[in-house]
Amino acid sequence: MEMRLEYLGSTLVAKLDGELDQSCAAEIRERIDNEINLHGITNLVMDFNNVSFMDSSGIGVLIGRYKQIKARGGKMLVIRTQPQVDKVIELAGLKRIMDFD
Amino acid sequence: MENYIKIEFPSKSCNEAFARAAAGAFASQLDITVEELADIKTAVSEAITNAIVHGYAGIRGVVEMQCRISGRTIEITVIDKGRGIADIALAMQPLYSGSDDEERSGMGFTVMQSFMDTLHVESQVGVGTTVTMTKKVGAIFDD
Repeated sequence: MEMRLEYLGSTLVAKLDGELDQSCAAEIRERIDNEINLHGITNLVMDFNNVSFMDSSGIGVLIGRYKQIKARGGKMLVIRTQPQVDKVIELAGLKRIMDFD
Repeated sequence: MENYIKIEFPSKSCNEAFARAAAGAFASQLDITVEELADIKTAVSEAITNAIVHGYAGIRGVVEMQCRISGRTIEITVIDKGRGIADIALAMQPLYSGSDDEERSGMGFTVMQSFMDTLHVESQVGVGTTVTMTKKVGAIFDD
């Protein structure tokens, strides 16, 4: 999985590309967390437009980042999820907790 | 239709993508919807990840995957010879994670249960775990 990071003031936009599973989950979360700490990020947008697959490893990534951002008083937004990704997110009940487009 | 495949691979994370793609390609022989195919790939990904992360937790082992088509039902069996599960009912509870990694969501068995029709787990501590799941597909293509 590839990830491109962009900044809009104190908002970090993480654009994911590929398949999000256990093989890349740790790297993704470490990179985002580093950016959050390094750049004083308060808000996080995770763009799933190019994510063709996600399993429950991705749920862990989303919940973990949500907790970080919330602890900083910021907002997290998950956008442009494909149907397969959406179904996993729905099952995990994340739609009741986080913001989606 | 009757058909099957059996493949084995070392418990490397990079094989998760291979295994779910192989299961998906095999299932594609059936009349199957895009959503059913995605469900199967997601469930397989969870079973394979469990075998690698929990079954073999840090050690290298062999994961075996069997896929069988019988009529319109696909059956997938994932076998590891890892450490096994002491309490299967506990392990299958939503949000329970058998890993110290706090960012494992504990949703693996829940995904398998929700996305497949049946799920059966057999395990013995020190011997290994066998996960068998089935899904009947293609009802939408009837008549």
